Amino acid sequence: MTGVNGTRDMADQPAIEVRGLVKNYDEVEAVKGVEFEVATGEVFGFLGPNGAGKTTTINMLCTLITPTAGSAAVAGHDVVKERDDVRRNIGLVFQDPTLDGYLTAEQNLRLHAELYGVQSDLVKPRMQQVMTMVGLWDRKDSVVGTFSGGMRRRLEIARGLMHSPRVLFLDEPTIGLDPQTRRSIWEYIGELKEREEITIFMTTHYMDEAEWCDRIAIMDHGEIVALDEPETLKAGVGTDRVTIHTDDDDATIAALAERFGIEARKSEGAVTFGVPEGEQFVPRLFGEWDPAHPPIKAVNVSRPTLDDVFMSYTGSTIRDAEEDQGKDRNRRMMQMMHGGRR
Amino acid sequence: MSTTTEPRAPASTTVEAAPTPVVRVTVPKRSLASELRAIKIVWRRELIRYRSDRLRMVTTLVQPLLFLFVLGSGLQQLSAASTHGVNLKTFIYPGILCISVMFTAMFSAASIVWDREFGFLREMMVAPIRRSSIVIGKVIGGATVASFQGVIVIALAGFVGVPYDPLLIIGIFVLQLLLAFTITAFGVMVAVRIKQMQSFMGVMQMIVMPMFFISGALFPVANLPGWLAVLNRLDPLTYAVDPMRRLVFNHLTISPAARAALDPGVTWFGWHVPALLEAGMIIALGLVMLGIAIWEFSTTE
Repeated sequence: MTGVNGTRDMADQPAIEVRGLVKNYDEVEAVKGVEFEVATGEVFGFLGPNGAGKTTTINMLCTLITPTAGSAAVAGHDVVKERDDVRRNIGLVFQDPTLDGYLTAEQNLRLHAELYGVQSDLVKPRMQQVMTMVGLWDRKDSVVGTFSGGMRRRLEIARGLMHSPRVLFLDEPTIGLDPQTRRSIWEYIGELKEREEITIFMTTHYMDEAEWCDRIAIMDHGEIVALDEPETLKAGVGTDRVTIHTDDDDATIAALAERFGIEARKSEGAVTFGVPEGEQFVPRLFGEWDPAHPPIKAVNVSRPTLDDVFMSYTGSTIRDAEEDQGKDRNRRMMQMMHGGRR
Repeated sequence: MSTTTEPRAPASTTVEAAPTPVVRVTVPKRSLASELRAIKIVWRRELIRYRSDRLRMVTTLVQPLLFLFVLGSGLQQLSAASTHGVNLKTFIYPGILCISVMFTAMFSAASIVWDREFGFLREMMVAPIRRSSIVIGKVIGGATVASFQGVIVIALAGFVGVPYDPLLIIGIFVLQLLLAFTITAFGVMVAVRIKQMQSFMGVMQMIVMPMFFISGALFPVANLPGWLAVLNRLDPLTYAVDPMRRLVFNHLTISPAARAALDPGVTWFGWHVPALLEAGMIIALGLVMLGIAIWEFSTTE
């Protein structure tokens, strides 16, 4: 807001610009030429199962690993050629903790400020501000080793903000936290967006959290399969989810197939399927439902969730995708072990 | 969501009714000053951690003290005949001055492995500073901590018949500082490559103990069997123990015969190696290893 700093005037320039980014590890293609832009001030979510290439992408944008091909610019600086300029302008919160547990919260933040060369007279006020935001100012003199997982994550977010970064990267900021702490972390992120001119780039594999983002990119097997606002993505699915409760699921599925040509499946003790315009389908359902079919006890129509979005683009739920990739890994290991003997 | 944010506003800052403006800071371009600042904070962190770790101060002292008082007193009866009336404890004291620094310096270097295991190393690696600043800060920090530990052993001089001469104390301290620097550089050079604490400790045991035993910390280096003489002259620690012993013996009042037997000095093919050259070798070795550590550290992802 102060506008004294010349580099902050470039508001129309995208905060992140990625062109054909590739990362290979030996023969494995972890990221296969992704391409996207993140506008200044956006909260941008990267969604996908574990092992989809989210962390690899974030690490390339943070200059932690070098891309095999393609280019990326963060805050207007190339991540390979202008590594230091990128680093000065970004804040990072990793999946794994990176605090010094033997130091106090204040010492951890001060150390960060010194490493980043923050002006000495601003260290204290800035520290108070970021720690107050995450509700830890009164704990500043406690040794970090005594903090709970949620407190540590909050402190890491505060530390990532110490040097007023233009882009904040959050890699799975809520992983392993209880629902209440997850919620409060999202509150801080919302508050942050209000107060500071900052772009937030985050990854998550919690579908419900992606709703908080302005835009999301869905990543699967190293590729971006969809990218848009959550609402648009959900609308793009084109079907609503209808769930029917009866006493005989199998007979209901058979009846739906025969009468309406709908492919339904069992899920959590009910029968579920997708149809366009779900509300209008319900009267038709009752009108044409044969008395010979099992009587319908309850019907529920819901808008598609991001889970449905993920499913419509990848053909599996995010949980199934993770299990599959787990199996892939096992299979690869088995092949390696057997291959070695041949 | 909006209601729950309210209780977090701190009660102490209610003086201003309007929300406080955002404190905006800027990160300057990399410069020599910012690198020095980074080195300083990495160094300070080592000191803060040393101060809070009382146990480490004690544990790294145990071994040197065992050698000095238990081994020194125990073997005294056997060696009395050949030490020309000099107490064995006095004889091995210079060696103990060296190894107490050495053990602590190794421990300090181990913190880089520790930092990697607990993730903190990453926080330093992503900062907009040179990798070399991290390594230099670590090495200077480790050397400082080791010298503190050395001061404790200097304080024991009176118990082993060594006078508290200010010049002697300064001399010992400077030599310890050099040795601490070199050993920390060596430890960091090894630590950069090792990902697990257990492996690091294993490697260190394998290197440190032989270096200590071969160095002549516990015996005079003249008239050794050929193989041991060769190993002794190759052991870098020899060139720290030898000037330390000369320095201490310069301040003792003992017979020339005792001096000749106990402090013969290191020779290369009959040439007496000067103490200054030995000290210079220690520094040079430390700088080379520091260079290797920086290079290794800069090339890891």
